[in-house]
Amino acid sequence: MSEQGSYRPFTYYQLMETSLRELLVEKGILTDEQVNAEVAAMRARTPERGAHVVARAWVDAEFRKRLLANGTAACEELGYEIPGLHLVVIENTPQVHNAIVCTLCSCYPRVLLGLPPDWYKSRNYRSRMVREPRAVLAEFGLRIADTVQIRVHDSTADMRYMVLPMRPKGTEGWSEERLAGIVSRDCMIGVAVPQLAV
Amino acid sequence: MIERGHHDMGGLPAGKVERSEHDYPEWQRRVDAMVQILRLAGRITVDELRKNIEGLPPAAYDKLEYYEKWVSSLTQTLIQRGLISTDELGRKMEEVEKRAKGG
Amino acid sequence: MPKVAERAAVAAKYKPGERVRVRKSAPLGHIRTPFYIRGQVGEIERLCGAFPNPEELAQMRSGLPAQPLYRVRFKQKDVWPDYRGPDSDVVEIEIYQHWLEKA
Repeated sequence: MSEQGSYRPFTYYQLMETSLRELLVEKGILTDEQVNAEVAAMRARTPERGAHVVARAWVDAEFRKRLLANGTAACEELGYEIPGLHLVVIENTPQVHNAIVCTLCSCYPRVLLGLPPDWYKSRNYRSRMVREPRAVLAEFGLRIADTVQIRVHDSTADMRYMVLPMRPKGTEGWSEERLAGIVSRDCMIGVAVPQLAV
Repeated sequence: MIERGHHDMGGLPAGKVERSEHDYPEWQRRVDAMVQILRLAGRITVDELRKNIEGLPPAAYDKLEYYEKWVSSLTQTLIQRGLISTDELGRKMEEVEKRAKGG
Repeated sequence: MPKVAERAAVAAKYKPGERVRVRKSAPLGHIRTPFYIRGQVGEIERLCGAFPNPEELAQMRSGLPAQPLYRVRFKQKDVWPDYRGPDSDVVEIEIYQHWLEKA
């Protein structure tokens, strides 16, 4: 496992990356500038984007309706460029808790949540989340009552999912910014729910 | 058994989810960046990338880091597409390695 | 890639609420129908649209005509004999029409 800043010899895969990039640049297929620009754009795609969408849905009922009807169009309203993304936003209610997984690989709404965490891509999560979601959620510290239905979404195709968590009590009158601050990435995957700061 | 792909793991028994996370080094971010650029340019599809990851030997699939799998898959995809050749890649890797060693 | 509205698509056969079975087939190639759901019966939750077939895209072919893609809902207690949780729990998966048959 590499750590940023610490020296380690050039691995086979680092060698491959450098070689591939140099070849592609030599052939005019891409440029270093494009690669650097995309790396920068990727760094800018953080879960704050998803949290912004959630907070807006919490304060604006019409936006919420549009978001649930067409996730992609609603995010574009907020200025997020999401080329080729078919976003489906699924809402948690007092009767339903949603969670997402990609059992076949690691599909994830990256443009809104950033790069997926290691555990989302892990064998253990991908294997068990469809089969024993309640046990997996309990490992995340989230216990869902038996009176609440759990819907697990396995993103096998072109749709990408994001959970719209329930707005917690005690947040009445909060600004959008303050609301967005309690919406973590894990809430939008469905392995956590928003907590008021202790 | 190849009836069920090694990657096709939904429902199989597995252990506790380890909630480790790590920051990705720059070279791995560049792998991701190249994938996005090439996809948007219509040079490769995510489906080919997935197919080539699924085609990794099971031990490699399990042991390699996420972006090590991606760079392998990206390379295979580009070779299959004819955008680079195995020979070109081999020679470039030799050149880069020599340069890295101060040669 | 042609826009969604312009490309040829296979007609959608199933409607929301309809019960469908996932074919219990195990071919080789790139497949996006998870092994755990093959042979299972569920209900069409919605038609997501029509998309080029990923099995073909993975082989550098066009994947056209586009295949209808459905969100299919399965009761967990039907999928896993040892499922621990209320009967209401479900798993929802996107499945292409050619993997479905009327139940």
